[in-house]
Amino acid sequence: MSELLAVLYGGGVLRVDPARPDWPERDRFILSKGHGCAGLYAALAESGFFPLPELDTFYLNGTRLAGHATTTVPGVELSTGSLGHGLPVGTGMALAAKRCPPSFRVFVLLSDGECDEGSVWEAALFAPQHQLDNLVVIIDYNKIQSLGTVKEVMDLDPFADKWRSFRWAVREIDGHDAGAIADALHAVPFEPGRPSCLIAHTVKGKGVSFMEDKLLWHYRAPLGEDRASAMRELGVVEGDLLQEDEE
Amino acid sequence: MRSAFIEELTRLAREDRNIVLVVGDLGFGVVQKFADEFPMQFVNAGVAEQNMTGLAAGMALNGRTVLTYSIANFPVIRCLEQIRNDVCYHDANVKIVAVGGGMAYGSLGMTHHATEDLAIMRAMPNMVVLAPNDPVEARLATRAAIEHRGPVYLRLGKQGEKTVHASDPEFAIGKAIRMRDGGDATLLATGGLLLNAMNAAEILDAKGIHAAVISVPCVKPLDPSITQSLNLFTIEEHSIIGGLGGAVAELLAEAGAPRVFKRIALPDQFSSKTGDQEYLRREFGLDAAGIARTVERALSSR
Repeated sequence: MSELLAVLYGGGVLRVDPARPDWPERDRFILSKGHGCAGLYAALAESGFFPLPELDTFYLNGTRLAGHATTTVPGVELSTGSLGHGLPVGTGMALAAKRCPPSFRVFVLLSDGECDEGSVWEAALFAPQHQLDNLVVIIDYNKIQSLGTVKEVMDLDPFADKWRSFRWAVREIDGHDAGAIADALHAVPFEPGRPSCLIAHTVKGKGVSFMEDKLLWHYRAPLGEDRASAMRELGVVEGDLLQEDEE
Repeated sequence: MRSAFIEELTRLAREDRNIVLVVGDLGFGVVQKFADEFPMQFVNAGVAEQNMTGLAAGMALNGRTVLTYSIANFPVIRCLEQIRNDVCYHDANVKIVAVGGGMAYGSLGMTHHATEDLAIMRAMPNMVVLAPNDPVEARLATRAAIEHRGPVYLRLGKQGEKTVHASDPEFAIGKAIRMRDGGDATLLATGGLLLNAMNAAEILDAKGIHAAVISVPCVKPLDPSITQSLNLFTIEEHSIIGGLGGAVAELLAEAGAPRVFKRIALPDQFSSKTGDQEYLRREFGLDAAGIARTVERALSSR
C-alpha cells in the first residue's frame, strides 16, 4: 500500500496543495481502509501537510495521529476505520463535483477484506449509473483479511470481473511496481463515462522477509530486534531519517 | 406532514440551489414533482440506504445541504453507522428525513414501526432531533432543519394529520411551544401526539383536572424550561426507553424531581398487535381517552 500512497502523493497524481488543504478544486483522497493510516500520515507529512517529527507521536496519548485515519490531521479528507464507508462518501463527493463546480477527482483506496461489506457494492452500483468517471477506486489486494486468507474467508474471485460486471473500467497491476502504478493512475479515467477500478496485487508486509504474507503482522507492531532487522531489510538507516527531518 | 414537508422543501430549493434531496427509492406521489423541477438537486440512490447516507455526507462535505428521505427505520437504523461516522462525526450538513414516524404505517407491521428512532438519534453527537406534531410544525421544522448548519433528524408522520395550530407558532430549535395553561398537570407531547394531548386535556377539564399542554417538536436539544412543573407527563409514540420521556427524566434527575412524573409511551416490546395507527394508539393508551385515564390515575394515586 505504501507504494500506492507514494505514487499518489509523491508521483504527481493527486492535485493537492499542502499549503491549502481546503483548496476547493483539490483532488480528494479517501483511505477507506482507515487502519492503514500510518502510511497515509507518512505520505502527508512527506508532502508537507504537517511536520515530519509529528509522526513519532502516532498512537500516543494526546496525539492527533489516531490509529485510524481522522480528519483532525491536515490533508485527511474523511475519518475512516469502520470498513465500507469510504466508497459511498467518495461517490457523493464525485457526484457533487460532476453536477456543479468546483470540479475535481476522487480517489478511494479500499482493502480486499473491505469488499465483503455490502455498502461497497451499493456504491459500486451507483457510480456507473451516474457516469462518475471522476471517481477512482484502488484496491490493495493483498489476499489476506482479519482471520485468514481472502480465499478461505470470503473468496472475491473473479474479482476484476465482478467490478467489470458492475460496469467499471478495470485494470490490474503489480501494486509494488511504482512505474506501473504511475502509468495506471495517470491514465484515469480508463474509459470516459465510467468510474475506474485499479486492482493492485500486493503482498502484505512486502520487503520484510519475516512479515511477508503473514497474518500475524496485521496485528503486531515490530519492536526491538524485529524492528531493527525490518529496518535493515528495508535499507533504512535510522540516523538518516532524523537528518531528513532536520533538513 | 409529508405534503407540508415537500411543499416547504420545494419553496426552499427554489431559493437555494445547494439543497439536494436524496431518496432511497421511496416517496411515490411525493417526490416526483420535486425531481422534475430540480433534476440537479435530486438523486434516487436506489434501495441502498448505506450508500444513500454515505453519499449524502460526501455531497454535504462539498458544500451542499443534503436531505436523505425514506420511510420509518430505513433512513435511520439501516444505515446507523453511516449516520454516526460519516454524518455526525464530520458534522456534515445532512438532514435525515423519516416519514411514518411511530406507528403511522401501523398495519404494515413491526418492520415499519419507527419506535426507537428518537432514542437512537438523540444519542448521536451533533444531531438535532425534530419530531413535529402537526403539518404546521412539520413545515416550520423543515425550514428550521435547512437553516441549521449540521446534522438534523426530522421525524415526520405520514399524511392527513389534523392541524392543531391555528396560526404559525414561534418555532426554534431547542424551544418548546406552550399550547394551553393549567395548574394541575403538564402534558408534553411530541411526534404527532399533540392533538391527543389537547383532547386529553379537554377530557380532564370536564373532571376538574386542569392540565397545561406543551408541544415539544424539538427533542434534542430539549427546552429545559419544560420541566418546571409539579406534575409532568410525557406523551410519545415511541418506546418508553430513551425518547422524550427518557430525555425529560434525565433532566429531572439532575434538576430535582417533580411530584408526579410519568412517561406515557409504548412498552419496551415489539407490537404484538396489527392495525392502523389509530387502532394501535388506542391499544397502547396513546389516544386521548387513554392519556386522560393515565394522567387521572397517576394524580389520584398521590
